[in-house]
Amino acid sequence: MLHTISLGSTLFALWLLLSGYLEMWLLALGLGSTALMVIIANRMDVIDHEGHPVHMTWRLTMYLPWLAWELVKSNIDIARVILHPKLPIQPMVIKIKGSQVTELGYVTYANSITLTPGTVTLALENGEMEIHALTTASAEGLLTGEMDARVHIVEGAADGTVKGAG
Amino acid sequence: MAVLFDIISWALLLGGSALMLIGGIGLYRLPDVYTRMHGAGIIDTLGAGMVFAGLMVQAGLTLVTVKLGLIVVFLFFTSPTTTHALARAAQAEGVLPLLDDKGEDDVDLSQYGMDGVDLTEEPDKSKT
Amino acid sequence: MFVAATAAVLMTMLLVLVRALKGPTVYDRILAVNSFGTLTMVLIAVYGFLSGRPEFLDIALVYALINFIGTIAVSKFVKFGGHEPKVSHTDQGDI
Repeated sequence: MLHTISLGSTLFALWLLLSGYLEMWLLALGLGSTALMVIIANRMDVIDHEGHPVHMTWRLTMYLPWLAWELVKSNIDIARVILHPKLPIQPMVIKIKGSQVTELGYVTYANSITLTPGTVTLALENGEMEIHALTTASAEGLLTGEMDARVHIVEGAADGTVKGAG
Repeated sequence: MAVLFDIISWALLLGGSALMLIGGIGLYRLPDVYTRMHGAGIIDTLGAGMVFAGLMVQAGLTLVTVKLGLIVVFLFFTSPTTTHALARAAQAEGVLPLLDDKGEDDVDLSQYGMDGVDLTEEPDKSKT
Repeated sequence: MFVAATAAVLMTMLLVLVRALKGPTVYDRILAVNSFGTLTMVLIAVYGFLSGRPEFLDIALVYALINFIGTIAVSKFVKFGGHEPKVSHTDQGDI
């Protein structure tokens, strides 16, 4: 129920921001379309902790600035590699194991890896990931496991808020 | 104050443009699909992100900024998804990544308790 | 300043277009077209500011959505090669 209310209010806020109208008739139309979307999402059975992860919001605000800084650093690294006349790349595929317990945590981790230039997640199965890395430096940066530890905190398993689904 | 904001937004716009150009050059120069994904990643993340940030500074606290922010958030959520979908499609077709043997020796994977993947074996052709 | 950004985006589009035309595999082309879509989005936004009409942003937002769906759809189509999946279902999700 909490997820339904939060999804509905998020959608209506989005509608308000994108339209910018405040007249009665148009507001009613916006409410109608929001309600329709909530009903459809309910029928699709996507309103749960995975489709609408409200519980991660607070911890995500701590994680995203760190991720942004990582993004900047790896972007500069890869840009330097691309502009280098000799193109010093060492493409490799490595297999790593995440320490997350929920599927949502694994997806967050895999998406963070793909988002940082220099590493792309090729496959994710049973917690094992195949990563394609462009340079040795980007592979080593991933293997230090700092991102893994941070995503582990984000999914809420570190302090026991979320139990693993197995 | 207005001049300061202008300088910040110009720096962001120019930096983003330069990064997008570098990403384009990478897309042109790099040798195979999987490595080119890293070049496309530069365009999708910091290139577009910095340009949109520059536009945000230019727009100030208006509805336009909110829309720009929405675009950036959306881009950051969808870009890994598309990259991953494409990588999996390429893998399912049996496109092998170009590997550098010398590079594998440079990083000692065993010190992290992990092994490299042996990609010299033939892909499973029966699936495709 | 917007002119410089526009020029940079256009030049990048040219590079990406060359990659889309050269290939060599179909995945290179999809990747290039996806990047081209992102660049189009940036171009629409910057051009909106250049001509003093930020309403163009709505179009950029919609373009982002279409670009995402389009790339996923084409990847799936190329992977499964038609109407029904040839690959047996695995636990790896569907995209």
